[in-house]
Amino acid sequence: KDRTGLERVSMPEEDPMIRRRSYVEVNKGLTPETAMLEARRCLDCANPTCIQGCPVEINIPKFVKNIERGEFLEAAKVLKETSSLPAVCGRVCPQEKQCEANCFYILRLAKPAVAIGYLERFAADYERETGNVSVPETQPSKGLKIACIGSGPAGLSFAGEMAKRGYDITVFEALHEIGGVLKYGIPEFRLPNDVVDVEIDSLKKMGVTFETNFIVGKTSTVEDLKEEGFKGFFVGSGAGLPRFMGIPGENLVGVLSSNEYLTRVNLMEANKEETDTPILKGKKVAVIGGGNTAMDSVRTALRLGAEKAMIIYRRSEEEMPARVEEIKHAKEEGVEFLNLQNPIEYVGDAKGYVRQIRVQKMELGEPDASGRRRPIPVSGSEYLLDVDTVVVSVGVSPNPLIPQSLPDLETTDWRTLVVDDESLHTSVPYMYAGGDIVRGGATVILAMGDGRKAAEAMDQEFSVINERASIKKG
Amino acid sequence: MNKVVSKDYFSENVVRLEIEAPRIAKSRRAGHFVILRVDEKGERIPLTISSSDTAKGTITLVVQKVGVSSKKLCALKPGDCISDLVGPLGQATEVKKTGTVLACGGGVGVAPLLPIVEANKKAGNKVISIIAARSKDLIILEDQIREFSDDVIVMTDDGSYGEKGLITEGMEKVIAREKVDEAVIIGPAIMMKFASEVTRKHEIPSIASLNTIMVDGTGMCGACRVTVDGKTKFVCVDGPEFDAHKVDFDEMLMRLSGYRDFEKEANERYQKDQ
Ligand SMILES: Cc1cc2nc3c(=O)[nH]c(=O)nc-3n(C[C@H](O)[C@H](O)[C@H](O)COP(=O)(O)OP(=O)(O)OC[C@H]3O[C@@H](n4cnc5c(N)ncnc54)[C@H](O)[C@@H]3O)c2cc1C
Ligand SMILES: Cc1cc2nc3c(=O)[nH]c(=O)nc-3n(C[C@H](O)[C@H](O)[C@H](O)COP(=O)(O)OP(=O)(O)OC[C@H]3O[C@@H](n4cnc5c(N)ncnc54)[C@H](O)[C@@H]3O)c2cc1C
Ligand code: SF4
Ligand code: SF4
Ligand code: FES
Ligand SMILES: [Mg+2]
Repeated sequence: KDRTGLERVSMPEEDPMIRRRSYVEVNKGLTPETAMLEARRCLDCANPTCIQGCPVEINIPKFVKNIERGEFLEAAKVLKETSSLPAVCGRVCPQEKQCEANCFYILRLAKPAVAIGYLERFAADYERETGNVSVPETQPSKGLKIACIGSGPAGLSFAGEMAKRGYDITVFEALHEIGGVLKYGIPEFRLPNDVVDVEIDSLKKMGVTFETNFIVGKTSTVEDLKEEGFKGFFVGSGAGLPRFMGIPGENLVGVLSSNEYLTRVNLMEANKEETDTPILKGKKVAVIGGGNTAMDSVRTALRLGAEKAMIIYRRSEEEMPARVEEIKHAKEEGVEFLNLQNPIEYVGDAKGYVRQIRVQKMELGEPDASGRRRPIPVSGSEYLLDVDTVVVSVGVSPNPLIPQSLPDLETTDWRTLVVDDESLHTSVPYMYAGGDIVRGGATVILAMGDGRKAAEAMDQEFSVINERASIKKG
Repeated sequence: MNKVVSKDYFSENVVRLEIEAPRIAKSRRAGHFVILRVDEKGERIPLTISSSDTAKGTITLVVQKVGVSSKKLCALKPGDCISDLVGPLGQATEVKKTGTVLACGGGVGVAPLLPIVEANKKAGNKVISIIAARSKDLIILEDQIREFSDDVIVMTDDGSYGEKGLITEGMEKVIAREKVDEAVIIGPAIMMKFASEVTRKHEIPSIASLNTIMVDGTGMCGACRVTVDGKTKFVCVDGPEFDAHKVDFDEMLMRLSGYRDFEKEANERYQKDQ
């Protein structure tokens, strides 16, 4: 009884007025005391429904109860049994829609869920900050070379799982940094790069080789890699292609994709004086869209000094795909939300710089195929909004580099890769795929789950082959 | 890390660098480019692969000093390393046997033109090259272009070398003189705009190689977008070569100036520090 009477902890946060102009992490993390207190709330349910909400089925009560007992390193170990990036997922998972949405507290008690995400982050941070990061044990080398294409969460988790199983694995990354969206997309104030780097270091210690500045299909083809002895392939090349809306004026100077905007800041550190990459430090910045990427962009605009940072979203807040916490943080920092509005044209000056957006107001009609209510333009509602920078954040498409270089690789109408549901095997022999290249834009944890699943399936495939070979040899 | 193997000056402001990159040397075709970052603080800039040596495992870049990044690159000495180099990027040039090809290169655009001239010659075409620049010291690679051309016309704006005049005048002369089946146009955006007006007028199919602002070079950012035939294209993955008559050069020129204030300031700061 006393457990359910406890209140859910709240996450200590940096003051909005300070953080809106700085890159410090917004969420400060729990202390050992608050974490243990929160862990007490967990009822260690006989049927832990929370686990079903987690795409990688972390043993939630087991790690939470370790925290309650003060066994923080043990808790971290439990996390690592199934997740290779717990410090990352504890920060960016949409917990409120996954594990926490399925917690007994929500389902039965109509009370706030156990703060599973905060606790996950706490255990992983504790392990890292106390210098106790355990490197998973690896089996003796099988002498089989495997190539992983892309170093986002899908690739990293695949690499970790394969290294554990004794495969000789090389991760090829097109950019000069490892981490995919975790590095070039999600900003420091939400996911510090150091957190990602520690996870990458641990993979290196497990024997994973990383080759940056290497585009598979361009620098070398899959065929070349086969000749070099690579036997198996995992494609985790992501959904990196930005979409635009195709409205007039979209190519004006000052209209850019969120990928470009975030890459300039997160990957190239254009916000720092000492680097050479330029960035537009707009005073009146409008970000088009309502997802995590849009929130990251609009909050980056504030940190670059914007006086007005606006979200323009065609539905209402209820339909926004961004995490609830991100919307809340954006509001606290002073972001303006122009919901139920949509840009229909960008207007520039004589030099081609964007100066205004023609905005149309919307209302919600019947639900569409996605189940969300369809936005309908309100006639005669158009008006002009003054801006000097526009960031378009209306979604991404799968990266076509790999499919273009492999004609046998089957793709869907949405240009994602076709894979077997169970094994994640593609139409090309010994090639598996997962993450956003298969799902379109999805989440970090789903990408990681895919990497894990593909590793399991690939290991099986090679084990069977090896067995057959040894039987033949007699 | 990629090592600079050798370095030559074409002029004070145009430098040829040979850089170690064995895989790229092997995979690259005419028309491809690389993106590099000189040092840890550097920006990512695209440069055409002018030639390669698969035996030595090197590629050659021809770089014109225009701002901070190109100056930092040109300041490197043999033995120094650049921190990142990725490629080969873009679609390779499609070279067919078409007959007579007019190859037009302006300024440092002659560097990316060279492998295309070579490929056209090897495909059995008659190649007439026009290389043009503001003045004599900016004319580069003349001997190399001559090696693969049937005829070469050199032009300078100020008449300090070759014929005096703009590249468009040289083009008009050739077109008046003989039948041209195809044109390849590479140079500053403004030059490409006017050169493609000439071939449009004479209905000569033309290719231009676009040099838009880039960041990743893999199709991820959209910084390099241009309008071709009314549709948005990404130069790094769809190009860099397009039908010159369908490119919206005015939009491209406008987008190239997007960061000019920043670049000017950065350049002044860099000069002061030297
Ligand atoms: C700004 C932003 C914020 C987000 N916020 C969240 C969030 O809060 N929570 C959440 O769960 N999800 C979030 N997401 C989504 C999440 O980041 C993605 O779903 C996830 O990163 C997909 O992982 P991936 O491994 O499939 O691909 P990516 O992370 O996209 O990595 C793919 C990598 O492959 C490389 N690559 C591509 N082609 C090649 C090639 N041919 N050769 C070599 N390398 C190649 C790319 O350069 C890239 O580094 C966000 C996404 C963005 C853009
Ligand atoms: C496919 C391609 C091939 C190229 N090949 C060559 C080559 O072989 N030799 C050569 O000298 N130059 C080449 N360029 C141009 C070269 O990339 C620019 O001159 C260089 O980036 C300028 O950087 P900067 O910092 O020295 O100058 P800045 O002063 O920063 O910029 C000067 C001008 O260069 C352009 N520019 C700036 N940043 C970029 C960028 N990131 N990407 C592209 N253009 C930019 C802008 O128009 C800018 O106004 C090529 C460009 C492209 C797109
Ligand atoms: S990985 Fe994500 S969904 Fe799974 S328990 Fe952790 S926060 Fe919840
Ligand atoms: S459902 Fe909630 S209370 Fe039950 S085990 Fe999971 S986290 Fe604990
Ligand atoms: S340079 Fe980023 S998409 Fe072309
Ligand atoms: Mg520059």
